[in-house]
Amino acid sequence: MADSGLRIKNGCLVDPKQGTEQIADLLVSDGKIAAIGAACDQFEATQEIDARGMWVMPGIVDLAAHLPESGYESRGSIRSELAAAAAGGVTTVCCTPDTQPVIDIPAVVKLISGKAGRSGLARVKCIGALTQGLEGSFPSEMYALKQAGCVAVSNLRMPFASNRVLLHCLEYAATHQIAVFLSPVDHTLSNDGCCHEGAVGVRLGLAGVPETAETVAIVTSLLLVEQTGARVHYSQISSARSVELIRQAQQQGLPVTAGVAIHQLLFTESSIDGFNSTFHLQPPLRTEHDRLALIEGVIDGTISAICSDHQPQNVAAKMAPFAATEPGISGLQTLLPLTMALFCEKMPLPAIIDRLTLGPAAIINQADTGLELGCNADLTIFDPEAEEVVDVDSWRSRGLNSPFLGQALKGKVMATFLEGKRVFG
Amino acid sequence: MENQQKNIQLNSRGQLRHFLSINGLDREILTEILDTADSFIKVGERSVKNVPLLRGRTVTNLFFEPSTRTRTTFELAAKRLSADVLNLDISTSATSKGESLLDTLRNLEAMGSDLFVVRHAASGAAHFIAEQVTPNVAVVNAGDGRHAHPTQAMLDMLTIRRHRGAFENLKVAIVGDILHSRVARSQITALNILGAAEVRVIAPGTLLPSNLEAFDVKIYNQMSEGLKDADVVIMLRLQLERMKGALIPSEREFYQTYGLTKETLSYAKPDAIVMHPGPINRGVEIASSVADGPQSLILNEVSYGIAVRMAILSMTASGQTQTEGLEE
Repeated sequence: MADSGLRIKNGCLVDPKQGTEQIADLLVSDGKIAAIGAACDQFEATQEIDARGMWVMPGIVDLAAHLPESGYESRGSIRSELAAAAAGGVTTVCCTPDTQPVIDIPAVVKLISGKAGRSGLARVKCIGALTQGLEGSFPSEMYALKQAGCVAVSNLRMPFASNRVLLHCLEYAATHQIAVFLSPVDHTLSNDGCCHEGAVGVRLGLAGVPETAETVAIVTSLLLVEQTGARVHYSQISSARSVELIRQAQQQGLPVTAGVAIHQLLFTESSIDGFNSTFHLQPPLRTEHDRLALIEGVIDGTISAICSDHQPQNVAAKMAPFAATEPGISGLQTLLPLTMALFCEKMPLPAIIDRLTLGPAAIINQADTGLELGCNADLTIFDPEAEEVVDVDSWRSRGLNSPFLGQALKGKVMATFLEGKRVFG
Repeated sequence: MENQQKNIQLNSRGQLRHFLSINGLDREILTEILDTADSFIKVGERSVKNVPLLRGRTVTNLFFEPSTRTRTTFELAAKRLSADVLNLDISTSATSKGESLLDTLRNLEAMGSDLFVVRHAASGAAHFIAEQVTPNVAVVNAGDGRHAHPTQAMLDMLTIRRHRGAFENLKVAIVGDILHSRVARSQITALNILGAAEVRVIAPGTLLPSNLEAFDVKIYNQMSEGLKDADVVIMLRLQLERMKGALIPSEREFYQTYGLTKETLSYAKPDAIVMHPGPINRGVEIASSVADGPQSLILNEVSYGIAVRMAILSMTASGQTQTEGLEE
């Protein structure tokens, strides 16, 4: 399926594993990285790309994207959203289990993988449901889901009937050595809130989700992780205290990792002022203090994955009084330039790329990601100097719910390769 | 948002064109509303109470939530301004058939209306409608969720100004369910903009929103401390369904700790005035002896409500007309 003999010349190779940036050629053969630097001369290239002035990096691994096709076609299709992924330099997309039907049996995994495979635009990995129907009462058939290709199981933000159910789910996941993605939320505290319980939400009279709805759930689950040994990834945390709790747990040697959605690193509760439903998100945007602590967590590695938390919505879903609107931002296409712009002066380039590629890949045990010989040739070529206005013409996602439409972003994905095959650019 | 709200509520000359929230308005505009309302009170004392300011215009009362007092005073206010009035009780019709708020709005617009007076259970509903209506239609918020009830706050300000004078010297205490109260949010903002010496809230921790400090208020848990030397005491209605949320143990205990009785009122200044947006729960948040007593202005508030709403309807209508003129 792959092109053979593709030579990417003169690019700046950013290798997150070695922590290096070097100007060198890279050669792709049979969908794999076959040679780097002078060794490329041993191969005959049938195709050449000049990447002078650009970065050549592993394709992005996004641990959380809602792919709406099954049951929710009006919000987009697998094809439209994977086109957005390719245009955003994302080559591995982890699909959340809240499809219709829910990803709790192997047949649904096959259905989604089949559609994704036929699109050929990105590698889709399913996250299975942690409980049957995401209903929080009975563990799903995790062994079968893992066999079918699920890289993790999650209950997203749906409640568990009790802590006992959560305990059994963690025990059972540990038995079958499958990672559990927890979106920590205590539903008795979150109380149907639609924003951060803070100064802005109180002024707007909106029901708030207190920070403790997240931290209480983290503390509870950390004690259960200690008891069960389950491998847990906290996806999309939102508060400073969550970062601190997870940092301490990691220092104690618990097998936990953490992720954050890019918009949590860019915005705060003040964005919802004026009842701006574009910024209706779950978990909600919190304070500047929280935002800075999340950034610090990314820098020191407590948070090892930045995700898009891509949630395309149709226009009507955002056209109502704030609490009645659907949460989420369509984020696949802007993940890379936004992350680069935010971190370029805060941490070394390979470390930034790590949080988008090897960091998340390690969480789902995707070993053949990287810029090393033999790795899959999932590659993104990024021009850090190009400036582009994000407009509807270049927008691939069917969800227009992005605060960046119409804005100029610095940095542009020039080309994306999936196993050596060009899927964008 | 201050900016966004300011933009949406005011036309380019800084005149009121929607009235959605006290937030984003300045002291001059609030004072203009109070002055205009004062002049309408004099009209209300005449035998012929109508003025022709809104003749030929249609005011639609769009109530998605039941209301008696607010809707009636808006209706009277519009009629005294000589407007045609359409009362729509939407809570029992369109929304129960699954029509979205936006679709309901489009239908009503098609019937031709110059002013919408909106009450809705969702915070931000009036704001949303104001963003969506065709230009030159004014929207007045008659209460949205827990967010704002700005006409109620303005009639409270009018009551205070008429009975206690300048705000600069006044300590105002607001007592009760601050957490769920759109009235309290609007009152606190209005009092601060108008320069009240001190705004206090008195409530148990369960009925206080977090981050209330950001509102520039002093927070008290005890009536004896919070009412000390107060010039104005505003009681809020305790919505009885709140008991279900485990926020207070019983009406009896609430009355014992936060009820306004002759005894608790004695902590305030001897000439303190007592207000309540209504409807009152006798024996839950206020004793009959106080509600009907000499310091109570609860019924005066209702009649001032008509004048304040006349002021706001005429000002927003005029702001829209000016906007039209500016655009031409």
